[in-house]
Amino acid sequence: MNKISLIIVREYLSRVRKKSFLVMTFLGPILFAALMILPAYFATQSGENNIVDVVDETGIYAKKMKNSSSVTFNYLDTGIEEAQQAFKNNQMKSDALLYIPKTESSRDAKAVLFYEDNQPSIVLQERVKNEINKLLEHTLIRSELGIDPSKIQGINPNVNLTTKNIETGEQSLAALTTGLGFVGGILIYFFIFIFGSQVMRGVLEEKTSRIVEVIVSSIKPFQLMMGKIIGVALVGLTQFLLWVILTFIIITAVNFTNPTLLDPTGDQQKVISEQTSLMPDNVEDKSKEMSFDKDSGFAAIAQGLQSINIPLMLSAFLFYFLFGYLLYGALFAAIGSAVDNEADTQQFMLPITIPLLLAIVMSSFIVQSPGGPVAFWFSIIPFTSPVVMMIRIPFGVPVWEVALSMGLLVLTFLGAVWLAGKIYKTGILMYGKKIDYKELWKWVRYSG
Amino acid sequence: MNILEINGITKDYANHRALDDVSLSIPEKSVFGLLGPNGAGKTTLIRIINQISSMDQGKITFNGEKLRQQHVNRIGYLPEERGLYRKMKVGEMALYLAQLKGLSKAQAMEKLEHWFTKFDIIDWWYRKVEELSKGMQQKIQFIITIIHEPDLLVFDEPFSGFDPINQVMLKEEILKQKERGAAIIFSTHNMASVEEICDNIALIHNSKVILQGEVQALKEEYKANEFEIVLANFNKPIQSLNDHEMKIVSDNSEDGLFKGRLRTTSQLSTNEVIRKLISFGEIRSFREVLPTMNDIFIKNVNEIPKE
Repeated sequence: MNKISLIIVREYLSRVRKKSFLVMTFLGPILFAALMILPAYFATQSGENNIVDVVDETGIYAKKMKNSSSVTFNYLDTGIEEAQQAFKNNQMKSDALLYIPKTESSRDAKAVLFYEDNQPSIVLQERVKNEINKLLEHTLIRSELGIDPSKIQGINPNVNLTTKNIETGEQSLAALTTGLGFVGGILIYFFIFIFGSQVMRGVLEEKTSRIVEVIVSSIKPFQLMMGKIIGVALVGLTQFLLWVILTFIIITAVNFTNPTLLDPTGDQQKVISEQTSLMPDNVEDKSKEMSFDKDSGFAAIAQGLQSINIPLMLSAFLFYFLFGYLLYGALFAAIGSAVDNEADTQQFMLPITIPLLLAIVMSSFIVQSPGGPVAFWFSIIPFTSPVVMMIRIPFGVPVWEVALSMGLLVLTFLGAVWLAGKIYKTGILMYGKKIDYKELWKWVRYSG
Repeated sequence: MNILEINGITKDYANHRALDDVSLSIPEKSVFGLLGPNGAGKTTLIRIINQISSMDQGKITFNGEKLRQQHVNRIGYLPEERGLYRKMKVGEMALYLAQLKGLSKAQAMEKLEHWFTKFDIIDWWYRKVEELSKGMQQKIQFIITIIHEPDLLVFDEPFSGFDPINQVMLKEEILKQKERGAAIIFSTHNMASVEEICDNIALIHNSKVILQGEVQALKEEYKANEFEIVLANFNKPIQSLNDHEMKIVSDNSEDGLFKGRLRTTSQLSTNEVIRKLISFGEIRSFREVLPTMNDIFIKNVNEIPKE
């Protein structure tokens, strides 16, 4: 067998057989699946029903507050002292006692929510506040403007805006494209860090255990470094592939055993509308716009997915993952070779971490303006392009920009490997010396 | 024939010259001792021979060919600082390192089995390296150095860190490698071991070769015409030896016997020395004192002031 393939096989097998790899492989999809399934699951579970006793001194709210699956209002005719006494003595079965006293101005409402053991949840507080707000609003509309509030509700406008590609006529789904690009970018970010630092630790392990000198007497240092980087890249790809497959299996299995859970046209839709009714009016309106029509919702997603060009996304992801990792992997290898222990890596890690972090920090801005100059430059500069271009791609990027970005990334990768090779060659045999950037530069110039 | 010809090698680091016009010839089927104080440049030279470091000037031929990357499969190297993959299984790691030296998996397996059985560590094949004792790790280190039966073996301070029992074993195995036909470069501070196993030596000091040759020839060359004698029934005052082109270097006389060392002050042959001594008394014991490698080492190193 070729010597470099020996290195690649060892690096690959020694990592894939580790327990931590197995744990990550199975935990990852479970986490992904949980992220997709659990919210749906919890949404279908009816939450606890809170009973709230109400003492209303104003007469505005009495018997008008709406009960829902989570709150039941129970009106008391007693005064507040009696009610408080009864609440304290646990005579009532209620969870909280709402007291709405009279106020000087008819525009104010200063309600108090008493509780004994469990503080009322934010959701409950919002719900109560909302009910009061709505009822007060209605009262004021009637008394001050002389309009029947039901008339205002009757003219509730219904706006629908869709975006369509002028050439293909395909409907795009902003939320979906954003999400896919974003997930891709974040995955690349994590993969670069996780597997880049694996390369670094591997180099450091060989250096500190001193086995490296035996190995470089059999193979060139550059081959050893590349073998390690490629071996770890294959580990990353394996992990990714297993994640995709396992996540798919889990989701399919859950869907099979509980078909309604992930079906947006089924129960979940009802749950969502129920949930939205908990929100304040303005939020409710927005969420109504965002949620899909019962008939066209699922079809719209399918259509949206078609418009995204999955093969393009996938190949872009693989390209940027691979070359982004290779670029950073080479730098990580150089760092590992330059120091004697993991603590010393910090000073060299910073310049590598900053561009990646910057790409992530800028990501939400880039999503808002995927064609702007910031997005353009960040997706061209090789140190941020793997993450940023991935976020941009679903929005549609001119071919020349992608080509330029990819070309620069490959060139920078070659440059980084050349540089790292020089540092690596000297670094692996250098012990007990405090290394700074000046020293590293010397290593690059004097080829050991 | 020489397996390795080193011609005028110079190597500069940023702040100093590690090797300065170093030329050496290493004959095949022999043990070559590479001596020198710390920091003399021995490890740099060894790394250049192993193509781990490059040289700035000079030329190396291996078996008559210019030294190149393919030759690494014909060279075995045991570095001074040793280490193994602690988390790997012993057998798997040995197989890996043997294959890196160009053996096929089947060849490597067969040879490793032989050596592991010979050193009685075959039971450890499936254990992790970190579970092994230091002595066992060193045995494995030795095995992977010689497993591909190289033409040239380079041992950098091989005895350091070996316990006395393993040192003896190691010495025997090194000599067996020589019998097999390998040339061995042996870098060390341990002068006693040099006398025992080296055929030739080179002394490197301040980046230069300051002495090179066969061990026996060097001893002859550096002998100080010194003799250790025991005289009995001497009839003249022993001090008068000083008037006969000789000088008493040390005197540990006891029980009416003269016991001590003397040195000739002019070029006297051994026979002439004996003739003169007979005229003084009865020779009980007579031995020519040859310098140890240690003496030669110290003498040469001290003659050249440290830069």
